[in-house]
Amino acid sequence: MAKKKRTYWSATLRLLGIVLAIWAGVSLGLSIILAPLLNHIQLGGYPLGFWFAQQGSIFTFIALIFVYAKLMGRIDRKYDVDEKTEKKSHKKRR
Amino acid sequence: MSLQVATYIAVGLSFLLYLGIAFWSRAKSTSDFYVAGTSVGPVVNGMATAADWMSAASFISMAGLISTMGYGGSVFLMGWTGGFVLLAMLLAPYLRKFGKFTVSQFIRDRFYSKTAAAVGVLCLLIASITYIIGQMTGVGVAFSRFLGVSNDVGIYIGMAIVFAYAVFGGMKGITYTQVAQYCVMSLAYVIPAIFIAFYLTGNPIPQLGLGSDLTGENIALLTRLDQVVTDLGFKEYTTSLPGSTLNMILFTLTLMIGTAGLPHVIMRFFTVPSVSAARRSAGWTLVFIAVLYTTAPAVAAMAKYNLHTTVTPGIEQNMEVFAPEASLKGDERPDWMKRWEKTGLLQWEDKNNDGRIQYYNDDSSNQQFLTRAEEAGWKGNELKVNPDIIVLANPEIALLPYWVIALVAAGGIAAALSTAAGLLMAISSAISHDLIKGIFMPKISEKKELMTGKISMAVSILVAGWLGLNPPGFAAGTVALAFGIAASSLFPALMMGIFFVKMNKEGAIAGMLSGLTVALFYVFAHKGIFFIPGTEYTHLIGGANSFFGITPEAIGAVGAFVNFLVAFIVSRFTKNPPEQIQVLVESVRSPRGVKTVKGAH
Repeated sequence: MAKKKRTYWSATLRLLGIVLAIWAGVSLGLSIILAPLLNHIQLGGYPLGFWFAQQGSIFTFIALIFVYAKLMGRIDRKYDVDEKTEKKSHKKRR
Repeated sequence: MSLQVATYIAVGLSFLLYLGIAFWSRAKSTSDFYVAGTSVGPVVNGMATAADWMSAASFISMAGLISTMGYGGSVFLMGWTGGFVLLAMLLAPYLRKFGKFTVSQFIRDRFYSKTAAAVGVLCLLIASITYIIGQMTGVGVAFSRFLGVSNDVGIYIGMAIVFAYAVFGGMKGITYTQVAQYCVMSLAYVIPAIFIAFYLTGNPIPQLGLGSDLTGENIALLTRLDQVVTDLGFKEYTTSLPGSTLNMILFTLTLMIGTAGLPHVIMRFFTVPSVSAARRSAGWTLVFIAVLYTTAPAVAAMAKYNLHTTVTPGIEQNMEVFAPEASLKGDERPDWMKRWEKTGLLQWEDKNNDGRIQYYNDDSSNQQFLTRAEEAGWKGNELKVNPDIIVLANPEIALLPYWVIALVAAGGIAAALSTAAGLLMAISSAISHDLIKGIFMPKISEKKELMTGKISMAVSILVAGWLGLNPPGFAAGTVALAFGIAASSLFPALMMGIFFVKMNKEGAIAGMLSGLTVALFYVFAHKGIFFIPGTEYTHLIGGANSFFGITPEAIGAVGAFVNFLVAFIVSRFTKNPPEQIQVLVESVRSPRGVKTVKGAH
């Protein structure tokens, strides 16, 4: 049981690490540090670095949260710690 | 129908709606009052959180700030949205699983210490109260500007409306009112943006319009805007950066971490029914925020372009800006300019007495430009533009009908009220639940606690109103402070409580206090001790922004780093937390067994 909990937690941390790396890469990397370089590329009428800073990063954040929620739900079910069974009893009680 | 009548009707209708919701959603239990009975679905909660989050400052001032700062304004866009990623992954689902009413209750139980809880409540109250001062002044500004009443009367009306639904409805009343307020404010923001985007670029979607060519021309809007502003001596719009790159990174991080650590945002995620709902709800929050936040850059750039082409019409005929007839004749200026001049948000002073308006950067770093401006007989910039005007006058600049302008008024007021109510909820629950029930009267009955909650809410509203009427001198510095404190004290403590089983109370307390000290020390150095004018001590730390060129607004990220570091060092040299804490952390980490939120200790 304890081992299962540990692997569940390390799977969680792995996913977290990946999501946070993309989060920082897009907002701090592409939108700030690399922006002057990316501005040489045009996305329609947008300089690309500017687009990431004022549009792209926000879209990325939204996608990250939903992808994270979905994958996390999958991990929960795989390690059998999801809340499904509990939800039923929760409903019954109300 | 005149504009004033249309505005009264729009605002009056929105008030009726809020009061109707308040009556329908009265709180019957402490669970209703603190966490809306944990029955709010993720989408609805996302919408309410978005309204809670977006303040009068977001609604009225942010586009103007971006318009003025250009690319540098991106810190607000990224900072105030990126924090929700941290919240969704590091805090919200775990704190929901923990299943208590307030943020400091987690600190108290996890760090098994009333001292830690007291430090947590202290940080929470400082962050929320400084934040609410800004909101109450925002309420006053919004009411006075739109309804033509005085600032003070505006604050009284605002207090009365919030009183009606926050005292009787608690979190339940606030949540459902915020849903209505979100609808009002997003419509009010997006509709004028659609009109203006279509007018300038032929593309009605503002986010796409900003990346399109100008109507009838073969040049992108942003490229043209860059040319226009550099012609007038300003920095290029799409690259202008006010400070260093390092400062921009730390400022963005401070806003992100601070957003995730602000208690009035975190506690919204206690109202959803499950752990997975808490995760998704953060995503929905961001979707609803993004509707406004991705529109804001379009409003900013387009309004800036409109303003420059209005004041310097020669630009559109590809005339040299220094030619006399390139500038607008003063008595030919449009009516909306005259209207806003009365409010003082727009000021024209004909410095060189040529009867025309020269709007340019008289502090340009381009010497050649300044020499030519002087040769053309320009005697300094003649138009003072308050950034707020970008949103407020936007519908008028684009010549939109009165009902759109009235809608913007209702939207601005909705933004101010919804944030104020959310903050009041955080403050009053900290008082009634954490201080009164948690520390002074643990045996209080549920019915009495509900009453205590309502009374603390009423008192909080009175205090906030008083602070709004008599704003302390530091109203302008409050945002820097609130985010600095949330980032440097609350966020690290909460995160370490979940992610590091070995973190003990000594580490957490030392971390919070040292993070807080670093942030306060640096902010006070620049803005005065407790913001008292004349007590700045920048000379003691070697001049303004002396720490690697970091501005006081960006210090929160450094404070957070210090907090983590100190907490780790102290916890290594002190006792491990007791066995039952390890069990508690294990249970917080696993979604199974989530319950309706209970207040019992």
